[in-house]
Amino acid sequence: MPTAFTAVIDSLPYLLQGAFITIAIVGAAMSIGFGIGVCASVGLVYGNTATRKILSLYVWVFRGVPVVVLLFLFYFGLFTYLDLSFSAFTSVTIVLGMTTGAYQANIFRGAILSLPQGQFKAANALGMSHSQAIRSIILPQILRMSIPAWSNEYSIILKDSALAFVIGAPEIMARTQFVASRTYQHLSLYIAAGVIYFFLTWGGVIALRKLEEYLRVPGYSHDGSQS
Amino acid sequence: MNDSVPILKIHDITKTYGGNLILDAVSFELAKGEIKILIGPSGGGKSTLLQCINCLAIPDSGTILLEDKQVDFSSKQELYRLRQQVGMIFQDFNLFDHLTALNNITIALRKVKNINKSDAKKRARIELEQVGLGDKEDLYPAQLSGGQKQRVAIARSLAMDPKILMLDEPTSALDPELIGEVIAVIKALAAKGMTMIMATHQISLISGLADEILFMEDGRIVEQGPTSALLAPGKVSKTRGFCNRLKEISDVEE
Repeated sequence: MPTAFTAVIDSLPYLLQGAFITIAIVGAAMSIGFGIGVCASVGLVYGNTATRKILSLYVWVFRGVPVVVLLFLFYFGLFTYLDLSFSAFTSVTIVLGMTTGAYQANIFRGAILSLPQGQFKAANALGMSHSQAIRSIILPQILRMSIPAWSNEYSIILKDSALAFVIGAPEIMARTQFVASRTYQHLSLYIAAGVIYFFLTWGGVIALRKLEEYLRVPGYSHDGSQS
Repeated sequence: MNDSVPILKIHDITKTYGGNLILDAVSFELAKGEIKILIGPSGGGKSTLLQCINCLAIPDSGTILLEDKQVDFSSKQELYRLRQQVGMIFQDFNLFDHLTALNNITIALRKVKNINKSDAKKRARIELEQVGLGDKEDLYPAQLSGGQKQRVAIARSLAMDPKILMLDEPTSALDPELIGEVIAVIKALAAKGMTMIMATHQISLISGLADEILFMEDGRIVEQGPTSALLAPGKVSKTRGFCNRLKEISDVEE
């Protein structure tokens, strides 16, 4: 039987392959969530009553139901019912994407509401349409502002992605459990998995902080105060 | 002042907000090259009137004729065109915080007028030169003083080649020592024959520039006439009383 140490060393390449799958799930989910979040936040702020009602229902549902329930609901329920043969990877990406989309919609919505109204008015006064003003004036500013909250969301979704193991997506958690159940080195292997998750979180958050600094508007900080 | 056909005719504009009548059948005409000044107590409807003229606030009723063409409030395209022709300067500047002084000007040229990047930059530089900020093009709003921000805002408006410029208390948010540079720019525009409607309480702008003063109170124009007539010594008018009080305040400040 392998020792605690050799079990980790021997399975490390296998676990790291799982890390790439985790990164792929989180990357895809965050991108989907970003697309949904931007569109939904604009709809929530500038849309008509019907649009706002539908979007806030979506936000409430995905914020109010546990991810694992949504995962089962979509993977075993909805996708089967609709005769869609999505893989575990695809399913978890869609569910996490829609979940983070709901949270990102709220992040961006808050940022839009925090912007001084006058800039939108000024853009309109120059002859820009609402959609031009949103694209050229509002979004570039609120996306910058949202990076800290977005990096928070990244770390949450990264950890939620571990739930993918319950439907069998071969990511870090699933692989760790597989090796641990064979080698009986649960303690060391789950420590190894924890360390991998920690570094993925840390690396992503640092990268986003760099991005925030890079995109910072001179003389202007993300909280809107002037320095 | 050119007494030919009015460039802008405002007829019976009415606007209510939440049941409050803000504008009560306001009418006036503006000739090309004329400068009209709106004065009166706060809450009298000056800002709302200006925002109704370029339809940032759509009037509830009434008509607006720009160069004898009636504006169709229901056509978005027509409103975009109207706003390109009627520039607007705001009290709190409303520069785009994420863009440099230069790009604050180029963005509308590129997005609205579809001018290519290098031509837009050329035009923006000319306008920045005009307001004395040729050396500040790469600075962001947060790096500019209030007076500089307002001058960039004026340059941004002028780059669109407006036929009329509306100014909503352009110096009210400025520190006293920064007012002069903005007044100088506005006076230079007046000297070039720019058609303007300005809400202001800056006495030097009122007495120095106005062809005509409109005194607004409770959503109506209650007094209207050439500056010389309304401010003539011995004349009893609300306008003269109001201006005298403004003068006292500005004398105290100096």
